[in-house]
Amino acid sequence: MRTWWTLTRRELAGFFLSLTGYIIIAAAVFMMGYSFVVLLVNLQQEATPMPVTEVFYNTQFFWLILLLTTPVITMRLFAHEKFSGTFETLMTTPVSDLQVVLAKFAAAMVFYGVMWLPLLPCLLIVRHYTHDTGALDPGTVGSTYLGILLLGGLFVSLGCCASALTRSQGIAAMISLVFGASVFMLAYIADQLPAPETWQGHVLACFTLFDQMHDFVRGVVDTRPVVLLVSLTLFFLFLTLRIVESRRWK
Amino acid sequence: MIEVAHLTKRYTGRTAVSDISFTVGRGEIVGLLGPNGAGKSTTMRILACYLAATSGTVRVAGLDVFRQSDDVRRRIGYMPENNPLHHDMRVREYLKFRARLKGLTRKHSRERVDVVTEQCGLTEVSRRIIGQLSKGYRQRVGLADALVHEPELIILDEPTIGLDPNQIRAVRQLIKGLGDSHTVLISTHILPEAEMTCHRVVIMYEGKILAADTPENLQRLMSSNSQIIAEIAAPEDELQACWTEMAEVEQFDVSAGEGDYYRCALTPRDGLDLRPHIFALVRERGWSLRELTRSRHSLEDIYVRVTRPDEEEEG
Repeated sequence: MRTWWTLTRRELAGFFLSLTGYIIIAAAVFMMGYSFVVLLVNLQQEATPMPVTEVFYNTQFFWLILLLTTPVITMRLFAHEKFSGTFETLMTTPVSDLQVVLAKFAAAMVFYGVMWLPLLPCLLIVRHYTHDTGALDPGTVGSTYLGILLLGGLFVSLGCCASALTRSQGIAAMISLVFGASVFMLAYIADQLPAPETWQGHVLACFTLFDQMHDFVRGVVDTRPVVLLVSLTLFFLFLTLRIVESRRWK
Repeated sequence: MIEVAHLTKRYTGRTAVSDISFTVGRGEIVGLLGPNGAGKSTTMRILACYLAATSGTVRVAGLDVFRQSDDVRRRIGYMPENNPLHHDMRVREYLKFRARLKGLTRKHSRERVDVVTEQCGLTEVSRRIIGQLSKGYRQRVGLADALVHEPELIILDEPTIGLDPNQIRAVRQLIKGLGDSHTVLISTHILPEAEMTCHRVVIMYEGKILAADTPENLQRLMSSNSQIIAEIAAPEDELQACWTEMAEVEQFDVSAGEGDYYRCALTPRDGLDLRPHIFALVRERGWSLRELTRSRHSLEDIYVRVTRPDEEEEG
């Protein structure tokens, strides 16, 4: 636990000691700001009973930010250490592979969470000017952030996996972008298909990430997507662990 | 301290280390000597629990490096080739981070960091960012990292590579000093380095151990067929005649050098030192002598020398 915390702190420091961390946050803030503009334009046109978080989600910027930032956040985790050789010094200290994987994942998740914080003031500004307390309920904000973190967890764990596969940060980013885009396409297909009849259709229907996220932003926390996303995240972390361990049996 | 038995490591399509066995006793400084690609780094990585062996057993302090990896890692201070460091951290911060990773408590790690900073001469740069330090200082940071948790065994992969002569001397001094309280395994491809710092040398070539002995014994083995080079100004036929007569000379080769000088390459019989004989001869005949050296054996020659029996069998 103590070792894990030492490692996590080091990883987090790594984000903020290099320029990349700030660039990622700047890019995310830019996209959030832009979505905020779109959101305001939408709100000016007609009155809506939707909570602000749902209006934000409907701008579709959420997916863009998710798909583009997670590969950049995760690419350096393993690939950079392997490239610079510090992975060797790390793995020859008495730390377990599991601790390393979990520390890197945790640091990436914390960074990812911090990156989403600027959304909060955007939402608060809208609420302030609509004078409608129903437009932004703490519960809805909570469920929105839960959705952001759960989906982020899946994409970050995909990124960890990709980064553990290679020594090159560029390649790691490409692989996780492809992984992420595949998951996104899967969700898209699941969304477009008519009501499922076969068991394959049922399985695919579980991946309607759009509807699931839509529920989160409306303040609905369904346990099914929570279980799905958490278990997928764990699965990819498990894969990452196996990849990290593979140096010992390859 | 280290027991390696029948260690083999195969990468896909290539055998890096094949069936090597050696032991290192407590308190010894042992050098792994060999050209690039001889399997030194692979052996060290296996010892440091970074890679697993394909077959064979490796024990450190009686513990298996694969099964009791955590216990072994606690006892080892390892500095890999090219000494990778986190270039964005400050020296002290990095050493503290490493000490904490190696399981030292906060208080203990602070004490140990102070000790190794002093020991490795890093006091004045302890607040500097590692990426901005010179190569010599970085090497010392790597050494300090290897020492910070007071390991029983220290493994250093090419610790002096890329340093200037002064820095090399400083690092060697440091390593020698470690021998009092630690067991040290270093790898190098520089023969004099192994001679100067190590109690015992293990020569590796193409994944095999060719020889393992004290540097003195290896030198003796080598000098038995070392050549003497003498540049003498004298008539060529007289030189030829002298060498043929001299009983201590087994083989000779005389070739024309600059001006009046002839370059004679002489192989002594039974490893005798020919130099006094040659000097006496030159003085007696009133010739002039410009150079008299015993050709130093490069590592290359040692490999050739130690591998020759194999070649003869194959031939």
